[in-house]
Amino acid sequence: MKRSLSTATQIGAEPSGRSRWIILGIVGAIFAIPILSSLHFTFSAGLGGGYTLDHWTGLFAPDASRTYRNLFTGIGNSLVLAVVTVIIMLVILLPTMILVQLQFPRLRRTLEFICIIPITVPAIVLVVGLAPVYSVVVKVFGGSVWTLAFAYGITVLPYAYRAIQSNLDSVDVITLSEAARSLGAGWLSTVWNALLPNLRRGILAASFIAVAVVLGEFTIASLLNRKNLQTALLEVSQSDPYVAVIFSLLALSLAFCLLLLIGRLGSTDRKRSSL
Amino acid sequence: MTITTQNPAPLAPTTGATVTLAGVIKDYSGQRALNGIDLSIAPGEFIALLGPSGCGKTTALRALSGLERIDGGSIQIDGVDVAETPVNRRDIGMVFQSYSLFPHMTSVQNVEFGLRMRKVPAEQRRSRALEALEMVGLSDKGERFAHQLSGGQQQRVALARALVTRPRVLLLDEPLSALDAKVRVQLRDEIRRIQTDLGITTLFVTHDQEEALAVADRVAVMREGRIEQIGTPEELYLRPSTAFVANFVGLSNRIDARIVDGMVEFHNERMPLLGAEQANGPVTAFIRPEDVVFAGSGIPATVVASSFLGSLRRTQVRLADDTVLSVQHEVASHPQAGESIFVRFTPKPVSAGPRG
Repeated sequence: MKRSLSTATQIGAEPSGRSRWIILGIVGAIFAIPILSSLHFTFSAGLGGGYTLDHWTGLFAPDASRTYRNLFTGIGNSLVLAVVTVIIMLVILLPTMILVQLQFPRLRRTLEFICIIPITVPAIVLVVGLAPVYSVVVKVFGGSVWTLAFAYGITVLPYAYRAIQSNLDSVDVITLSEAARSLGAGWLSTVWNALLPNLRRGILAASFIAVAVVLGEFTIASLLNRKNLQTALLEVSQSDPYVAVIFSLLALSLAFCLLLLIGRLGSTDRKRSSL
Repeated sequence: MTITTQNPAPLAPTTGATVTLAGVIKDYSGQRALNGIDLSIAPGEFIALLGPSGCGKTTALRALSGLERIDGGSIQIDGVDVAETPVNRRDIGMVFQSYSLFPHMTSVQNVEFGLRMRKVPAEQRRSRALEALEMVGLSDKGERFAHQLSGGQQQRVALARALVTRPRVLLLDEPLSALDAKVRVQLRDEIRRIQTDLGITTLFVTHDQEEALAVADRVAVMREGRIEQIGTPEELYLRPSTAFVANFVGLSNRIDARIVDGMVEFHNERMPLLGAEQANGPVTAFIRPEDVVFAGSGIPATVVASSFLGSLRRTQVRLADDTVLSVQHEVASHPQAGESIFVRFTPKPVSAGPRG
């Protein structure tokens, strides 16, 4: 990042201080205006004007859990899906990537290609292909909520792959694993004691991104007739638009927090290595 | 850096193991990296594997460590064939070329790693790790992380980490090549001191001939997957068995000479030939700079340049046929560029090989 900025300075392409603020302001406004408008909307008292806290306090009303039952089911489902997706990613993708890095470096390109594919496939196309697959999945695992995580495990691949790979590239895993083995560690112990602690940043970043993607997923769930946070939001918005917006805002702020956390992980790591 | 030479070795001397490599062969996707390596190392001996890059020296070390499987031959440690023993059970200590400390652990935790893998109780682990750090002169840096240490310090910790388990064999894979010159010499001498104190059988891979000659009991010069010559540093320097060794070990003047009746002839000077007899004809001969001397008569030459090297001086001279020779001589005489002088060769045997 720093380097690309300094090369930009050399060729005179870096914007001046003032235009930098203007750009930042415009981009910020594009993001902020809809969010602030949504927030404003949740406090508005209806067409007549004026403000009220009723929409927010309504969530804590005694009968709220009944009124918004579908919504809470959706949230619960999405959280289960997020957890299962992260587990699938950690159990399948992470060991594969470590193995490829250590033992089959020639397969790296192939693995990268495979992991990037889902980003190029529109969700609707994915669903058309997944529908027959899920008729089998349902037969084998039953129709439980969490089975949708199989599909999500695929959709998060590109993001999770990038996060983990950038960490793998910054650590000399080959030398570290050889050092560990020469000191008497078996393969499992090498991965657990010598590699994973140094891949923590990538693993956490991949997990957070996976959670954020799963919480925001609508298309696949909707087309496969599953209920998650987003489909429930759509449903509730038809009867109570205020609550739908409130929950969108909450989901959005959770995703923001996760992304901020990822940024923090990256920056503390940089600080440590520059010491 | 602290001078640790007076310190007694905190780790008790081990009885070094014998290591025998016999006819070791290793292929990399059709290319032969090791082409029949035979090498026996006596207990406690310090052997340097020396050679240009790509000669197979690192592969040989990795084969002995178990990080590479071999495709033929046998590797024995203390008389037991270890070719099928995985690296983590070969009981070796290894220091790598690139910095290999675990970044998430402090120095002392790094040193403890091998003991932890061997299930040594925690309190014993700590005291042994501190001892090992003291041995490399870093007892005050135990709580530092790798990124808080200099390159030389990192390699010292790596050495302590490799030695704390008292392995049977110590393998050093160009551990000094990433360090700057002064630290390199310091650490090189320290490795030798620790190795001698512990009496551990050691294999040291390097491409730096000065390094190899300085520390090793014996040096094995490798070329294209085979050991070209093995011997003490003196033997290699004074009696190189092939032209390759003569050229690679120490500085040599390469001159276009001829073999005439078993002697090397160059500008009417004749010197005995080192090694096997060769047929008459053109050869490249290798003459050490210290075997060329200034004289009152002999081959006429012009001084090109002269450099002061502290205890001696090295002067470049150009002969009538444009051959440039390095002459090593005392500091007292200081030839000026452009000066006309005569040189002769000391009548020591010289090695020669096919022109090229």
